[in-house]
Amino acid sequence: MAKEVAILGVGMHPWGKWGKNFVEYGLKACNDALDDAGLAWKDIEVVAGAETVRNGYAGYVAGATFAEALGWSGARVSTSYAACASGAQAINNARAMILADMADVILVVGADTTPKGFLAPNAGERWTDPDWLRFRLMGCTNPTYFALYARRRMDLYGATEADFAAVKVKNARHGMANPNARYHKEFTQEQVLNSPMVADPLRLLEICATSDGAAAVIVSSMEYARKMNVDPIKIRAVSTVTPVYPQSTIEMPYFSTDSAAVVPAPMMEFKESIAHAAYEEAGLGPEDMSLAEVYDLSSALELDWCENVGLCKKGDAEKLLRDGETTLGGRIPVNPSGGLACFGEAVPAQALAQVCELTWQLRGQAGGRQVEGAKAGITANLGLFGHGSSVICSI
Amino acid sequence: MSESKIAPSIEGWYTCGESPHLIGTRCKRCSSYFFPKQEVFCRNPGCRSTEFDEIELSRKGKIWSYTEHFYAPPEPYIFSEPFEPYIIAAVELEEEKMIILGQMAQGVLSQDLTTGLEVELVVEKLYEQDGTDYTVWKWKPAEN
Ligand SMILES: [Zn+2]
Repeated sequence: MAKEVAILGVGMHPWGKWGKNFVEYGLKACNDALDDAGLAWKDIEVVAGAETVRNGYAGYVAGATFAEALGWSGARVSTSYAACASGAQAINNARAMILADMADVILVVGADTTPKGFLAPNAGERWTDPDWLRFRLMGCTNPTYFALYARRRMDLYGATEADFAAVKVKNARHGMANPNARYHKEFTQEQVLNSPMVADPLRLLEICATSDGAAAVIVSSMEYARKMNVDPIKIRAVSTVTPVYPQSTIEMPYFSTDSAAVVPAPMMEFKESIAHAAYEEAGLGPEDMSLAEVYDLSSALELDWCENVGLCKKGDAEKLLRDGETTLGGRIPVNPSGGLACFGEAVPAQALAQVCELTWQLRGQAGGRQVEGAKAGITANLGLFGHGSSVICSI
Repeated sequence: MSESKIAPSIEGWYTCGESPHLIGTRCKRCSSYFFPKQEVFCRNPGCRSTEFDEIELSRKGKIWSYTEHFYAPPEPYIFSEPFEPYIIAAVELEEEKMIILGQMAQGVLSQDLTTGLEVELVVEKLYEQDGTDYTVWKWKPAEN
């Protein structure tokens, strides 16, 4: 089991399309987290930034970008890139420094301004980059992958388009009570099923948008938290595992899997192994979780994640959904924040936003979306190019 | 109409002719298959080979999953107006035990597809640019 670190403060800039520089969003999240923790900027010893590679120069140096914006204080910086999993890696770097006695209190921050429409690859002719080639050679978009998984659920487990729509309806309802969500609008199953088909069987209202947003988390040693006289939410595990060869599930942005002809496929597929590593590290299991925040890039993908984080057996996620277990008030609410369905994706901030939600839920501060008596929760997410991300927190 | 030239959209990834194949590599030491071609270092973590044979992959496989697209994807995808929906299938090769994505051949309808359906590789036009038809590999329901 890993040693615990404390979450002293969390803060977010609401998700949306605000048309500003990402630094501005990050500043708000940082200042809110500092206020939440009752700390001053000068108390922070390290800034751990979650970066993205889309925003040019400043985006490449996210840790330092925010240290400069808050006013150079001599704090150390660290910067992590792991696509959608960048936030978890930034938290993990912060945790490692704390557990190595290199620092007591660290500000972790991620922020993004995202372009409109489908996420497209970087410009230019890049004939050795699978992320570029998949668009050029076959028009393979991100929803392509989500749709392939969704269709597979229909053919293997009897999932229906109505099930996928029900996930969206549930998450839209959850997000109504979240002031940081971008969308506050309830949908009926019929409305979802009447939205335009994008990549069959997935419709426009079932595929997550891209958003601007920022999230910050202040972590400290347990000793530092005790000195501040707080009983903090604890980080019990941070999983940042990569796949095991042969990676035999088709994953973005690749257009082939590894071959399992010589080395047999591992017992656990990649998404399962991400949560598994987190449970091992925390010394907890799925049965100990009160809620889960998972990466619903599409409505159908939430069903895959429910199984991958162990909330039910493979093929049973539709039953879990239909029985109301994953909705607020059910046995194990999934995405009580509203999930990506209500946020849209702000890549380097998203894994941190998941941890913010766990923190508010575990403190009992989640208002109209509160999971009653929440004691522990798990986040799960997967970043492009083999970046796993799962964080477990508990009271 | 002038005769248009034909060229592959990417060099060295597939053969042409009546029975086209994808071109992959196979590790000389551990026999692992790779597509796209792996030529530098074996990705099997238990192998440190740097030598590979170029091979033709099986040209038949079974549909693992599929999806039809109703919106034009962003660049660098190239297409002629008006945009036509297209299907992408993930196809499992039995011998190589790997899944390879590709568009379905033109004229194939989504309602005729199902998981497990046997398909074969064809080479077909992907887009036209400056009087040249650029081809790519695609999948097509197999003829028995
Ligand atoms: Zn080898």
